Amino acid sequence: MSPEKMIYMANQIATFFKSQPGTNQAEMVANHLRDFWDPRMLRKICDHVAGGGEGLDDLAVRAVRMIP
Amino acid sequence: MKDFIIPTMDPKDDRDMGTPARSGAMVTLTIDGFEVTVPEGTSVMRAAAELDIQVPKLCATDNLEAFGSCRLCVVEIEGRRGTPASCTTPVAEGMAVHTQSKKVRKIRNGVMELYISDHPLDCLTCSANGDCELQDMAGAVGLRDVRYEAPKTGGLANHFEARDTSGEANPEWLPKDDSNPYFSYDPSKCIVCNRCVRACEEVQGTFALTIEGRGFDSRVSAGGALDDFLSSDCVSCGACVQACPTATLQEKSVIEMGTPDRSVITTCAYCGVGCSFKAEMQGDELVRMVPYKHGKANRGHSCVKGRFAYGYAHHSDRILNPMIRDSVDEPWREVSWDEALTFAANRMRGLQETYGQKSIGVITSSRCTNEETYLVQKLTRSVFGNNNTDTCARVCHSPTGYGLGQTFGASAGTQDFDSVEQTDVVVVIGANPTDGHPVFASRLKKRLRAGAKLIVIDPRRIDLVKSAHIEAAHHLPLRPGTNVAVVTALAYTIVTEGLFDEEYIRTRCDWDEFQDYAEFVSNPRHSPEETAALTGIDPEALRAAARLYATGGNGAIYYGLGVTEHSQGSTTVMGIANLAMLTGNIGRPGVGVNPLRGQNNVQGSCDMGSFPHELPGYRHVKNADVREMFEAVWGTPIDPEPGLRIPNMLDAAVDGTFKGLYCQGEDILQSDPDTKHVAAGLAAMECVIVHDLFLNETANYAHVFLPGSTFLEKDGTFTNAERRINRVREVMKPLNGYADWEVTQLLANAMGADWNYTHPAQIMDEIAATTPSFAGVDYAVLEEKGSVQWPCNEAHPDGTPLMHVDGFVRGKGRLMITEYVATDERTGPRFPLLLTTGRILSQYNVGAQTRRTQNTVWHAEDQLEIHPHDAETRGVNEGDWVRLASRAGETALRAKLTDRVSPGVVYTTFHHPDTQANVITTDFSDWATNCPEYKVTAVQVSPSNGPTDWQETYNAQAERSRRILPAAE
Repeated sequence: MSPEKMIYMANQIATFFKSQPGTNQAEMVANHLRDFWDPRMLRKICDHVAGGGEGLDDLAVRAVRMIP
Repeated sequence: MKDFIIPTMDPKDDRDMGTPARSGAMVTLTIDGFEVTVPEGTSVMRAAAELDIQVPKLCATDNLEAFGSCRLCVVEIEGRRGTPASCTTPVAEGMAVHTQSKKVRKIRNGVMELYISDHPLDCLTCSANGDCELQDMAGAVGLRDVRYEAPKTGGLANHFEARDTSGEANPEWLPKDDSNPYFSYDPSKCIVCNRCVRACEEVQGTFALTIEGRGFDSRVSAGGALDDFLSSDCVSCGACVQACPTATLQEKSVIEMGTPDRSVITTCAYCGVGCSFKAEMQGDELVRMVPYKHGKANRGHSCVKGRFAYGYAHHSDRILNPMIRDSVDEPWREVSWDEALTFAANRMRGLQETYGQKSIGVITSSRCTNEETYLVQKLTRSVFGNNNTDTCARVCHSPTGYGLGQTFGASAGTQDFDSVEQTDVVVVIGANPTDGHPVFASRLKKRLRAGAKLIVIDPRRIDLVKSAHIEAAHHLPLRPGTNVAVVTALAYTIVTEGLFDEEYIRTRCDWDEFQDYAEFVSNPRHSPEETAALTGIDPEALRAAARLYATGGNGAIYYGLGVTEHSQGSTTVMGIANLAMLTGNIGRPGVGVNPLRGQNNVQGSCDMGSFPHELPGYRHVKNADVREMFEAVWGTPIDPEPGLRIPNMLDAAVDGTFKGLYCQGEDILQSDPDTKHVAAGLAAMECVIVHDLFLNETANYAHVFLPGSTFLEKDGTFTNAERRINRVREVMKPLNGYADWEVTQLLANAMGADWNYTHPAQIMDEIAATTPSFAGVDYAVLEEKGSVQWPCNEAHPDGTPLMHVDGFVRGKGRLMITEYVATDERTGPRFPLLLTTGRILSQYNVGAQTRRTQNTVWHAEDQLEIHPHDAETRGVNEGDWVRLASRAGETALRAKLTDRVSPGVVYTTFHHPDTQANVITTDFSDWATNCPEYKVTAVQVSPSNGPTDWQETYNAQAERSRRILPAAE
């Protein structure tokens, strides 16, 4: 998957959960990623965040940091 | 139409009771001295039939309202004058009926004599011989003599002789109309009973037929004066053919083959309605398909696909021998099953050794049975040792699964199809039932003709908006991609105008969540007026539609892929669930949220754990207790991490981490978006196993081809859109040698498994043992009950027609915030139009089946619907070749000018690989599920001379890749 596509998908998820009530949106995004993304996709986005997370929504960055 | 089944009656007894069943207070009467108790409103004819007393009849049949025209069913009733027709006379308490007397015998004999005087007596060579009600009735009334003759002086008073005795042409004779590919109309055999006309009106709801002329000149006529059946509005559903008591309207297959000698009840393998059929056979040859009157989804009706389009099963393109090749540049080699399976198993295992356990996966088929789907996902989970399984639902209704799971707690529609009979307001969103789900559409139209109101939310003016005796109260022609804005504006109107059902929300939903939701939705930015600029919808019309849905009585929402196949597909599904919860329209007959599922078993394939994150029964693989249950039965460990979805598999293939795919009964190259990307993904794989009937487009990139079996050739079950588990029965042996479940088992065993299923019933038993919602399902139960709707378990032994009756599956219904996010697929100077895609009645999805039937007479190629205004500014005329281009690719097809689409919107179907509409669609997808955004693509249309270079290259590659070497001696 191209980095652009991965970033785009993660940002789409973040955009949805940003609109949801509550204070734990980052956890919601992290849960969604854990529930639906295959480990190699998770690894890729974790690596991307470790490398600065360029292009990623702030909420997505915080969520990815919660994924071990 | 709906047939009330008297409990004492064998459910398999499908004899004609003469008139429709009624319900209500019971009435007792005597017929020929025997007492019978039936619901009020029942006809005397039907009451007699309950006693097994058959009153002779010709114009009556129990899926049509009584008509009273043939006068054959006259009876005598004590205390009443004359001889009333038993079909039109309702029962009354204490009534005493006599079905036989000298008087009624004489009347019936006279009636039959008149009928037969104008009927050709070629019974022995007639196609209806053995299946003719006229013949039966002549026998039943004891007709022995016909006194009427043609005048000796010439001239004829009949309809069946082309020339009279003097050789003059008979003006009353009309030639046979053979224009329809599946049935013929022979006017010379018509008795003008009106059954065909009434079937077209009452059952199908198309009103294509009429009786032209009066008295002796009365003739059945399709369409206008110059029409034949093919050019008329006829949709070839076959209801008229089924209704015809003579050979006037007759299946061509019966004309050719003769009458069937046995029948097997089975389930259609086309759309998600899941119609029950009687496959009528001669030995192992199928003579015709007749919709089964006790089928609970279809109630005796069918469409052109289910009834007639089965010829693909014997099409010469069908591949019956396994084939392999080392690389996709080579021609195919036909090999033994053993060699093919060993080749496949070695390659797949080799890939895992080289690239890791997760480098291979499967795509289960939404066309195959539950049992087959279950085995394919078991193959990846238990034999491959990963969760890389996905199914066609990814690209159609995965947002339904997610959205309804989040809001209601169950990933399925809430009602049965019968529910529509109690609906007052129907909302159809992003669905085109008359084309996509035709039998449901007929049932819906029947309800609309009885007075229910209709709201259509669709960019196109679909047939339901206005057709014979149907007119939508509101059509909201939204701009593609603005569903969430429209649904939220409907909710805005309901909430701000105080039209919500507070009592329902307080008891069934979380009141605190409602507060959040109400605050969100009441923001003026969601108002119809504010959103009109985005959606293109007249705010007053939107408000009126919201009011109607909220206050018009039982409100039911039916939706299709126009909802799900968007970047915000899941959000729209949630928005729809919100509307139903706000208005209390969940949990009783006549209401609900009803996804119209695309493929015959797409519900089932989801139920069976086809998704990479869920085991059967929608339970996440992360849950140790669920895994343990399957591990105990399967004897192998299950990977706790979710696998790849179809688009992710293709991405991973391009990345080089996904190398092998077993694809059963799905053509991802034609059906999935962004064809070039799919092709690149497939081309990057080292072992693609296609298991299908035909060398489909995906097979162009395959290394192993395993021939599949049709639904006629195997046992199993399909689960339709109403969660109904229907039996599929083997009516002939698999032409390829094995049913599909057997092929999967052979592959699993070649890869080291030790599966020993000998019948699909054993697979269903395993499903029931591991999946709580199927706990009560087995083949004996299905045999006894005909079908059941899941959940079917100890708590619901008869299944569950309506869900969320006493509360939601998840506990409290959850109203979710649905913020509109514009898709990034936007129009601009290069691509100023929006393309949306859909289906047509006569073709089905990628057309692999229907293109190999005579259905092509109705739709031989995909066309581009374009508004005359947009066509004019581009210099495009009707029928011209046009180039259709998006940022993903371009193709060419012919233009069809129509105001069904608004200016700025164009539309096409995706049934033909020559067009490859998906070369245009992009890789944008639903935020939650990756369901592709098929329904919105920014495009440009320009005049063209013919197919594009890409199409020609594609076709050349396809042709090359389909070469098959002659089998080695």
